[in-house]
Amino acid sequence: MVFRRIPWLTFAAPRNFHVLVQVLVPWLVGGAVVLAVAGLYTSFFVAPPDYQQGNSYRILFIHVPAAWMGMFIYLLMAVYGVIHLVWRIRLADMMARSLAPTGALMTFMALWTGALWGAPTWGTYWVWDARLTSTLVLLFLYLGYMALRTAVDDRENGARAASLLALVGAINVPIIYFSVEWWHTLHQGMSVTLTSAPTMAPSMFTALLLMTGACWLYCAAIALRRAQVEVLEREAETQWVRDLIRDGDSRTWDRNATVADARGTIREEGRS
Amino acid sequence: MWDGVGDFIAMGGHGPYVWGSYGLFAALLLAEMLLLRRRRRRTRAMLVRRLRRTASAQSPGEMT
Amino acid sequence: MWRSLWTLVRRDVSLIVMRRQDILTVVAFFIIVTTLFPLAVGPEPEILRALAPGGVWVAAALASLISLDRLFADDWRDGTLEQIVLSHQPLPMVALGKIAAHWLSLGLPLVILSPLLGYSLGLRGFELVVLMGSLALGTPVLSLLGATGAALMLGVRAGGALMALLVLPLYIPVLIIGSGAVSEAMHQAGPYAHLSLLGAMLAIALPLVPLAVAGALRISLD
Repeated sequence: MVFRRIPWLTFAAPRNFHVLVQVLVPWLVGGAVVLAVAGLYTSFFVAPPDYQQGNSYRILFIHVPAAWMGMFIYLLMAVYGVIHLVWRIRLADMMARSLAPTGALMTFMALWTGALWGAPTWGTYWVWDARLTSTLVLLFLYLGYMALRTAVDDRENGARAASLLALVGAINVPIIYFSVEWWHTLHQGMSVTLTSAPTMAPSMFTALLLMTGACWLYCAAIALRRAQVEVLEREAETQWVRDLIRDGDSRTWDRNATVADARGTIREEGRS
Repeated sequence: MWDGVGDFIAMGGHGPYVWGSYGLFAALLLAEMLLLRRRRRRTRAMLVRRLRRTASAQSPGEMT
Repeated sequence: MWRSLWTLVRRDVSLIVMRRQDILTVVAFFIIVTTLFPLAVGPEPEILRALAPGGVWVAAALASLISLDRLFADDWRDGTLEQIVLSHQPLPMVALGKIAAHWLSLGLPLVILSPLLGYSLGLRGFELVVLMGSLALGTPVLSLLGATGAALMLGVRAGGALMALLVLPLYIPVLIIGSGAVSEAMHQAGPYAHLSLLGAMLAIALPLVPLAVAGALRISLD
């Protein structure tokens, strides 16, 4: 019974989503801070210098999480895009839209930290390595996604177009990755042979894990928050937003939310 | 492990790279959070204004 | 169904061929971009030869890109596209037909012309055959992928630069493997692995991409 009453669609209704974010974000932020403090401490004071790379390898503790998040967020965005396209759940689109800037930021940081790690390690800021190149392409995919959204005048059409683009892009990400990888092995002689991540001491692995956790929680918190603002902006005319502004944030949600709520089709009723 | 603050900052000669990475990362995360906070406040203020306007106008149904 | 598809292809091809202007523009663009390489890099045959596969392929990809904005735009503007969507034709088939026509009239000339440009950059004999073959297999994939972008961009103002941003990342795998085939042929290695990969891409894209294009058209026409 309980399960039937709180299916995942409960939180797809904008009003319930607002409550959910209100409850979740402090925990996510708190978790991110705790993990980041522990992770930074481990990365700088516990993990020993690498015997080959000295201290520059400490950049990897933020580089690897950023790269993972960049890729993960794009896939997540595509999943939300599909949910939006197939079930017309607008919240999914707001989530996809909210994830994009953070994903682009993470991808950019992966490139930036990668360059700064490469400089002392390979002696150059940039090589046309497979991973670097496909990360750069990923950044272009993010930029195209965001640009398409702003370029289409009609909001709903822009959202659906962007969802489709995210899907096509996500299918292409592995193809791009493998083709670039293949291209790189063919041209191995021309570029620097890259060492992979150094063999890790347990403390290094712990630091990486902690920083990845912190990064993940941060991304979740900021994307949820952004989606929440997005919901408020789009639902500005509804009764529940007015009640919310008048009475302050409530912590209770509407257990009878339906698919129609999630799609915004019965929103008209809520208008005064 | 570190020989004082200076040694920590120097990072065995890799200081600029390490701090350049961590610094920009921190700065961009901070910027993202501040921008979002500003946007959130603006949205809230806009909603409050709108609520006041409808309350004073007493005319339901004027919105689309 | 095949008959109506064929009719659509014939109609579109004859429309483009009748205008002639578009074909000339795209072909001229292809030649000019290829000409830029020797002018920018210098006339040393060795360097030009090394650049040739990439040069011709980049020029072909860009030519394919600039030819895209007319793919659906004309039919969209005069309402033909809406009529087609409202009729009972399966939309992916219609999309496939339009893409086929587009490639036949604007992509095929590039393929036919490519040995000439390859020769001018220093490719010889078998390499030219491989260049032509790789373009023949690769440019249809470019047209298919580009059509998705073109369909998404219908009705978007000032779409040129945005189109490049959307479409070029998707072109990358084709570009890598296409120019790779020619490079392999230059180094006495068989280009067949590359060519079969290109063929595989075409075989995958041919049935799948029209579905995405149809989805994009529906969104844009809503």
